[in-house]
Amino acid sequence: MSTITLQNVSYLYSAGTPFEKYALKDINVTIPSGRITGLIGHTGSGKSTLVQLLNGLLRPTEGKILLDGRDIWEDEKKIRDVRFKVGLVMQYPEYQLFEETVRKDVAFGPKNMGLEAPEIEERVKMAAFFCGITEDLLDKSPFELSGGQKRRVAIAGVIAMRPEFLILDEPSAGLDPVGRDTILGGIKKYREETGGSVVIVSHSMEDVAVYCDSLIVMNKGAVYAEGDTREIFSTPEKLYGVGLDVPQITGVTEALRSKGLGLPSDILTVSEARDAILSLAKRRGLL
Amino acid sequence: MTPFIKAENVCFSYNTGEGKKIEVLKNVSFEIAKGEFVAVLGRNGSGKSTLAKLLNMILVPDSGKIFIDGKQISADTMTEDDVYEIRRKIGMVFQNPDNQLVSSVVEEDVAFGPENLGIPSEEIRKRVDDALDEVGMSEYARHSPHLLSGGQKQRIAIAGIIAMSPSCIVFDEATAMLDPSGRKEVMATIERLNKEKGITVIHITHNMSEAAMADRVIVIDGGRVAMSDVPEAVFSDVGKLRSIGLDVPQITELFYELKKAGLDLPDRIIDAGKGEDALLSFFEKPRN
Repeated sequence: MSTITLQNVSYLYSAGTPFEKYALKDINVTIPSGRITGLIGHTGSGKSTLVQLLNGLLRPTEGKILLDGRDIWEDEKKIRDVRFKVGLVMQYPEYQLFEETVRKDVAFGPKNMGLEAPEIEERVKMAAFFCGITEDLLDKSPFELSGGQKRRVAIAGVIAMRPEFLILDEPSAGLDPVGRDTILGGIKKYREETGGSVVIVSHSMEDVAVYCDSLIVMNKGAVYAEGDTREIFSTPEKLYGVGLDVPQITGVTEALRSKGLGLPSDILTVSEARDAILSLAKRRGLL
Repeated sequence: MTPFIKAENVCFSYNTGEGKKIEVLKNVSFEIAKGEFVAVLGRNGSGKSTLAKLLNMILVPDSGKIFIDGKQISADTMTEDDVYEIRRKIGMVFQNPDNQLVSSVVEEDVAFGPENLGIPSEEIRKRVDDALDEVGMSEYARHSPHLLSGGQKQRIAIAGIIAMSPSCIVFDEATAMLDPSGRKEVMATIERLNKEKGITVIHITHNMSEAAMADRVIVIDGGRVAMSDVPEAVFSDVGKLRSIGLDVPQITELFYELKKAGLDLPDRIIDAGKGEDALLSFFEKPRN
């Protein structure tokens, strides 16, 4: 399984001008393999810079990014291969669609990889499946689709390259609850069935609580915390301090716990809270 | 009392360019009182943003009537000045903070609106200072907006609207791109403008906890008004909201599930604090 490790990585914007500013400063982190990792942090904490470094869209000012132990910038001419292995879906990717049909748009990446037609066809089907794109949509123009559908087409275009790391910068921003669940649910299914590694940048604590196995928390250009999702959300004060939050349900159970109710300290979802409260009610003879 | 905004059987459709018409709003009618805080919920493509754009004449309805302050707005009978007056009265804040700031200095950005209204410069100075104070951004007056956080940029955009002394502000998913603390900053600003300055607020959002802060929630589904009631009532109808494809706040969902499992808990819980109190008193009851 592939690994990505950042070694003493810094990124300086507008270097050599009066506006120079470190977007990232001395980052040392390994992106977990085979999991869905949430990358959270306040606006300007360096999340988007970090994900652009991972697939070589930006080059670190200092330090190294190791993909399977090799510096991705070791041979500049091979950076294209890195982009096939580390697929990045940027914010609002629906504005990047350009082909005549959905099928062609999704096939664009695999075609650029030099794959044969049957293989491309196979990959388009696979990507369409994970992104909930039905057969009838494949021959439509991407511009006839709704915003949520367009976004799924854009994500499918990256999945079709079968990257070892799939990185998505705010994939559910601006979507309604159904659109959000279709995309994040599809990504979860993709990870389960392909075993690929996924990184999701998000501002929604509720979404990362449900979909991410582990979290990397950024603050002011540095890694502030990393660990399992449950562990990170079990210390709400630490998150409040850096402009973040915990899911509403976690805040509620935490408040009840601090007032003496015997609930677990690591509740992340409504169904976990329901089960814990029901079992407490049974123990107390209230149900 | 005359409602501040009244829509009567409003229809609107877009032309696709191939002779096809897509009906976005179908016979929409509603009223909004002066000083009310209304949240508008609906799926993507349900017509929420179209509705917002009809209110200050960025778009004009195909049929039906819209009244602002008792007067019908109409592209046929109104002069250009009348249209500007409507846009001054009903300000809009959009989703992407980077798309709505026009100047390289915060206070100049806030002055842009009143300058266009031809207001004398001493008055502009006062309005800009007051508006920045209102959103808690006075200390950033001479800063460059592009170095601010998302929440701060949205507050600058709000200040730019306030400087035109509007009666109503429409927030079209103005919190969608913000981090949790940015959302809190903007929601606190919206609440204060509504409660303290009496500004009518229409807040379009996908965030159910934000909608729970409003006086009333209007749910748009398939171009029609599907629900319109106090948040407690709208969110208690978990089944209907789900069938429309919307969520409820997590605390409401928890109470729905617990009651379904047989716990004797109060209805209409939409606020985390009230939910905590209700659960504490439930567990403090003497054992049977």
